[in-house]
Amino acid sequence: MDVKALIVEKVKEKFGSSLEEVSDFRDDLCLTIKRDQIVPLGNFLKNDPDLQFSMCKDVTAIDWATRKNRFTVVYHIHSFKLNFTLRIKANITDESNSIESVTSLWKSADWYERETYDMYGIKFVNHPDLRRMYMPEGFEHYPLRKDFPLLGIPGSLPFPKKAE
Amino acid sequence: MGLEAILQKDGYVTTTIDAIVSWARKSSVWPMPMGISCCAIEMISAADPKYDIARFGSEVMRFTPRQCDLMIVAGTVTYKMAQVVRRIYDQMPEPKWVIAMGACTSSGGMYRSYSVVQGIDQFLPVDVYTAGCPPRPENLLNALMTLQEKIGKTKARDFQNRPLVDLELAQN
Repeated sequence: MDVKALIVEKVKEKFGSSLEEVSDFRDDLCLTIKRDQIVPLGNFLKNDPDLQFSMCKDVTAIDWATRKNRFTVVYHIHSFKLNFTLRIKANITDESNSIESVTSLWKSADWYERETYDMYGIKFVNHPDLRRMYMPEGFEHYPLRKDFPLLGIPGSLPFPKKAE
Repeated sequence: MGLEAILQKDGYVTTTIDAIVSWARKSSVWPMPMGISCCAIEMISAADPKYDIARFGSEVMRFTPRQCDLMIVAGTVTYKMAQVVRRIYDQMPEPKWVIAMGACTSSGGMYRSYSVVQGIDQFLPVDVYTAGCPPRPENLLNALMTLQEKIGKTKARDFQNRPLVDLELAQN
């Protein structure tokens, strides 16, 4: 059976009602799932003997700026058994900007989620160490949000003490 | 004939303390290689046999700021790194100088971005700016020669002992 058809069939069977969209654009299979089902879905994809998506390659987010549901979190996971990379999206549907962390499934998601938190301000619930990654501790803004100015906010990042 | 003939006899020259001291200073400027990104590669090239920064007395690159006279800031300085650069600069003994090597350090360069300091002169006193992205080794040598010219004009009384409190080093 075709790999994509196998994945879609298996996920539909188990998560039929939570699966919002299945797209296959330019040979990239993408599943859009309800936010609260991200960990169960990940658990299924990782532990199913026919799928074995054992590696999380990336976690990032999209800021749609003008849409009502502003943020979408994007995961890329890889199966060595199928030699296939799958994309999963989860729309954040309320003002809390939070989603369950997948670090319990994939350890590699730890720093990816920290980076996403640092750049977009998305809170990953049950993340073991959700601190800023690139920006200094105490920085109050999220640089990759669309309403953040390119040159930053003056005074938000302090200079060292100036020479005499 | 020549210098040897003159040195056979006793002799003397007249000069000023300032001339001797500034000549000695400018002839052995020890750099602190603050190599932060790609400019560092050109800075390393300046020390190789082809360009040979030793001709100008600056071959002694010290990786401790306490033995350096000159900080060559070679690379993009982010706001996070600015704290480190300033701290290392503060640990260098007086008198000290700074070369801003390349477009990034001089003006932010192509990184017109929230994370990059748009010119290190916002938190460091820069003596010589070097154009280029990255500057060729000749350009760095030219900056060094310009700096030597500047040092040659200094007087000993330009650098008076100052208490550590003024240097904001007392608490470190």
